[in-house]
Amino acid sequence: MKNQKLLYSFLIGLTILFLAQCTEDEFSFFAEEGEELSGGNGTIFNFSANAFSFQVPNLSNEDGLHFFTGNSLFNQSWVSAPASTTARDGLGPLFNARSCSGCHFKDGRGRPPEYTGERVHGLLLRLSTGNDIYMGPVADVNYGGQLQDLSILGVNTEADYEIIYQEITKNYADGTPYNLRKPTYNIFNLTEGNLTATHVSPRVANQMIGLGLLEAIDENTMLSFVDENDTDGDGISGKANYVWNVEAQTSTIGKFGWKANQPTVKQQVAAAFSGDVGITTSIFPNHNCPPSANCDSLPNGGLPELSDKNLDKITLYSSTLAVPGRRNWENQNVLEGKALFGDIGCTDCHIAKITTGNHPTIPALSNQTIRPYTDLLLHDMGEGLADNSNDYLADGQEWRTPPLWGIGLFSIVNGHTYYLHDGRARNLEEAILWHDGEAKKSKDNFINLNKIEREKVISFLNSL
Amino acid sequence: MLFAASCNDDSNTEVLEQAKTDATTAYATFVYDSYQSAYDDATALKTAIEVLTTNPTDATLQAAKNTWLAARESYGPTEAFRFADGPIDIIGTEEGPEGLLNSWPLDEAYIDYVDGSTSAGIINDLITYPTIDKALLESLNGQGGEENVSIGYHAIEFLLWGQDLTSPSTKQAGQRPYTDFVDGGTASNQNRRNAYLEICSDLLLEHLQILLEEWKPGGAYRNEFLGYSSEIALSKMMTAIATLSKTELAGERMFVAYDNQDQEDEHSCFSDNTDRDIRLNFAGIKTIYSGLSTSIHDIIVLQNPTIAAEVEAAMTAAETAVEATATPFDFAITDATERPKVLAAVNALRDLGDKLVEGGSEIEITVTIID
Repeated sequence: MKNQKLLYSFLIGLTILFLAQCTEDEFSFFAEEGEELSGGNGTIFNFSANAFSFQVPNLSNEDGLHFFTGNSLFNQSWVSAPASTTARDGLGPLFNARSCSGCHFKDGRGRPPEYTGERVHGLLLRLSTGNDIYMGPVADVNYGGQLQDLSILGVNTEADYEIIYQEITKNYADGTPYNLRKPTYNIFNLTEGNLTATHVSPRVANQMIGLGLLEAIDENTMLSFVDENDTDGDGISGKANYVWNVEAQTSTIGKFGWKANQPTVKQQVAAAFSGDVGITTSIFPNHNCPPSANCDSLPNGGLPELSDKNLDKITLYSSTLAVPGRRNWENQNVLEGKALFGDIGCTDCHIAKITTGNHPTIPALSNQTIRPYTDLLLHDMGEGLADNSNDYLADGQEWRTPPLWGIGLFSIVNGHTYYLHDGRARNLEEAILWHDGEAKKSKDNFINLNKIEREKVISFLNSL
Repeated sequence: MLFAASCNDDSNTEVLEQAKTDATTAYATFVYDSYQSAYDDATALKTAIEVLTTNPTDATLQAAKNTWLAARESYGPTEAFRFADGPIDIIGTEEGPEGLLNSWPLDEAYIDYVDGSTSAGIINDLITYPTIDKALLESLNGQGGEENVSIGYHAIEFLLWGQDLTSPSTKQAGQRPYTDFVDGGTASNQNRRNAYLEICSDLLLEHLQILLEEWKPGGAYRNEFLGYSSEIALSKMMTAIATLSKTELAGERMFVAYDNQDQEDEHSCFSDNTDRDIRLNFAGIKTIYSGLSTSIHDIIVLQNPTIAAEVEAAMTAAETAVEATATPFDFAITDATERPKVLAAVNALRDLGDKLVEGGSEIEITVTIID
């Protein structure tokens, strides 16, 4: 009690001191209490190359231990069936990577290939011929819903692709030039006949941190951000995606993926096993089989190849990776950058602070004040970024606002600074400058900032 | 009240502060000495590997295996220096050499042929990797997936022993024939396999040398470490052993293998040496806690003998539980009567981690385990 009183008088003293300084020299930016805790109690302070790989504090002993098993499943390389290692066979027949960590290296962010033919970097191409608003994108008859550029022995890889970047030069309002690169994708060496897909959507592997916290956000909280008809007239609409939930056998709100096309962490994990590694689960029990292969005659790694028990462990793992705390959050430039980020309208979609609801199975994730900088909603991002692929309710120009936590750590964890759904942005500035559509006003505001102000915004983003 | 009391007793405070300083100095000496023995044993390993590749026989292969096992005896305890933001994990802003020395589990097929795929691995891929050299192997470590381990102790282990394809109940390690190293012998590309193995042993020495440079008397990190306040230095030391005990050893190394019941998940799965890894990691923890000329335990005793006795009891319980696990470890995790002992050791090590956090707070040292 006594200590607490002392603390209060100390704080009051500090406040007076700060107020005095304010009047003297406009030194007026203060960190909010606890703003460094990006993931609430699910925050850890480690900024090494392993910063994305730690578990949230306060898990039960059992969950805390199963996290490690999940981690081993996430990292392990799957092999072709049959193999002496029966616990990990069943790879393919088609796949993009042999392990989850192949694309989400160190639980971090993938990137586009550095050269044509590079494999396992964390970018894949989704293919569709159309979309059903209830059941999602319609797959290509020959190539399925995703182009796999690897295959097991005896099965053809589907194709290769190359990315051609076109450099675009523009200027900031102060005359400083900047460059953007716009990718186009050429698919070649097709082995399964004609590609009928009319839509190709590149997607980069996301960082794995804080996914359970996002899952714990109540649907009502998300819906409170929705303004589909822009009734408040701020130019920002925000739309929830509703997607097929296999376990629930109904449509539920989408939260994960670049177009918010997955309803739960578990289904996201199962979909990635199915599409990216060729491993079946009880949620997606069918192999993705190319027409030229006789998949019935190929050995499989069990039915399903990933047991429910292991699916649960890897889902637990994927739900409980902690969010790294902020760096330099009390630095004046960072605080000024944060204020600018809000002033120019970025936080209209990149919602700074959300309180999670109840997580169904992991109490440590419930009722946390988190700072994910997302509304998890779909927004029109303009023609420049469009993949022209509809995904449930998402149209060809709409993308989910991605969470920004951890984006300042990609260089340390993954050794690159590629951003956006296809990694076209080579740094954070380019990522901002690609914003358009609903975000055009904010982007234009950024362009109108002077160099020092722009650098402050970037310092802020790098502190996330 | 406690604060006031200890403040009044100046001589007590002095003794306590002196003990803290002595403990950090003793630790720095121990770290350097430990890496020096690891380096010496790795030198012997390099020599034995040269003998093997020059004259591959059953005997020279066995001799190389023996020196590898000996090298693990001195490297094992040094793992208690990890998780302290020291040179093994981070040097300046760069990643330290841990991942180059001791990465696991490794995907065997990334390095060499495996059961069912005779042409797998870097060794047999003459088109992508026409020349095997140091720079190549170092650059391939961790490329495209965390199990894509190309170098380090466990890469050497796999090359010496081969896959462990026998059932755990037979208690046999991998059975690679020496003829895999004989020109025109078994498997293909023997000369590339020999070169690969030699390069790995060279790199092992180079990467251990980095640690010696940092920790030698006058070395950059040793100076940095001894320059820290004793609170910061002790916090690093205790965070390291608490994290190794609760997270890395109990979780990653023991529970995962226990839970998956898969020998692929054991630390030294080719040589069946995991039981030694576990005991040696534990030995490192125990030495740092109570085995140095002045130890953390001595400091806690000065402050609160009751808590000190509790930490000591947790240490003893963990040691007993670890010692009780069967060997080899793949047998311990698969045999129905042995499995509960592994789980008991896991929980004892987790309790020890928590107890070390408590012991730290008793001497006003913050110990933060991040799992």
